[in-house]
Amino acid sequence: MNGLDFGIVYESLPYLMQGLRFSLLLTVCAFATGMALGIGLALVQHLEIPVAAQLARGYVALIRSVPLILVLFWFFFLVPLVVGALVNGGRPVPIGGVWTAFITFSMFEAAYYSEIIRVGLRSLGRGQYEAAKALSLSTYKTYRYVILPQVVRIASPIILSQTIILFQDTSLVYVLSLTDLVGAASKIAQLNGRLVEMYLTVAAIYLAICCAASQLVAWLRRSHQAAINR
Amino acid sequence: MFGVLFERGFDGRTYLEWLLSGLGWTLALAVFGWCFAFAIGITVGVGRTVRNRFVRAVARLYVEVFRNIPVLVQMFVWYFVLPELLPPDIGNRIKQLPPPWGAFFPALICLSTYTGARVAEQVRTGIEALPAGQREAAAALGLNGVKIYRLVLVPQALRLIIPSLTSEVMGIYKNTSVALTIGLLELTAQARQISEETFQTFAAFGAATLIYLGLALAAYRLMSWLDEAFRIPGMTHDRIRRIRLRRPARESTP
Repeated sequence: MNGLDFGIVYESLPYLMQGLRFSLLLTVCAFATGMALGIGLALVQHLEIPVAAQLARGYVALIRSVPLILVLFWFFFLVPLVVGALVNGGRPVPIGGVWTAFITFSMFEAAYYSEIIRVGLRSLGRGQYEAAKALSLSTYKTYRYVILPQVVRIASPIILSQTIILFQDTSLVYVLSLTDLVGAASKIAQLNGRLVEMYLTVAAIYLAICCAASQLVAWLRRSHQAAINR
Repeated sequence: MFGVLFERGFDGRTYLEWLLSGLGWTLALAVFGWCFAFAIGITVGVGRTVRNRFVRAVARLYVEVFRNIPVLVQMFVWYFVLPELLPPDIGNRIKQLPPPWGAFFPALICLSTYTGARVAEQVRTGIEALPAGQREAAAALGLNGVKIYRLVLVPQALRLIIPSLTSEVMGIYKNTSVALTIGLLELTAQARQISEETFQTFAAFGAATLIYLGLALAAYRLMSWLDEAFRIPGMTHDRIRRIRLRRPARESTP
């Protein structure tokens, strides 16, 4: 090892940024789909819809107790079979790592978001439901216009912290050999042998992004506290 | 369905033994990692609440650095980067560690420091949640700084945060699977290896999933039991009296 040379990193910066773009895209998509699915899972449990509530509970418990890497392996194996059974008359359809990653992260994060939303739903006062009922709003309108906006607002700091964890977790697509930020760095490192510089740079990039985001969480939390105290 | 687990792999051991040896590494990482993480978490968490600004800043820096870099990247830094940055003779000795240990120690350090940062945040929250009167009363009794923390604040804070520590315990055993990226044959890695050997993916991953579920259940039960056993009843005189009553007994046990 003769001195660090970050010039190498500078040359490969465009490729790294391409990887970072994939990481961010994966985070945003998994956040959007995961939140939508998660709200669904939470509502099904909150409304105690028979059978569906038990299934949702089981799904959330299962996903939350298995490591993400194993879930990625499962989906990498299962999704082609399921898609094949649905559209290709039972023959598996190879769909590749990118789609697997998008599907897995959405479904995995849905379990985590649903727990956050579920706790938020429980923390809301009964008066909100009763008032909505007194205004003769339908169940759909009660949740759409009264309950969920408040829950999402209360839970927003936790939702955002979970999204930071999601962004960090996207690095695990490395096991599917995709080119996210870590994947890009490791591919370059294998070519030029500059492991040290590449991985330190990647660590610094993650550190900068996640620190900025966690400052945002702290600010959100403070402004909520101020709103409650007012 | 799980019949394949009783067949023998290329090394003459059954696939079930492969899984169990993977489980052993997973448990070793999780258990030892948790012990270190707990110690780091208490130290750094206390550091974040003391008066000394320098100590507070160092503790904050630790938490921000270790919490904001993905486990995978930290794993790579400990495994690939650290031996290169150390003096050559030490670095080479680390690189020459025999197979499982060469990956096990970096993974252990990585999980301990990462989880430690997360535990530190919980400990800090617990200490800050205590009423200011606790610290003031302890000071009025003439306890010095160390004793205020050791005898009054930390024991109470730890009991308050047992429910939120549960998710960190669950987190560390799940994060052990990241160690497969640096070549440690833990549970998930063994399951993948069995699936690649036998093409019985369903049985291999299914068995691993069942084992992880069992671990999750055990961790959850253990933490609820701890929560029950050490619960602080109420926030009033009752609680303080009980803590005082229990303290001698707690100190006599190692």
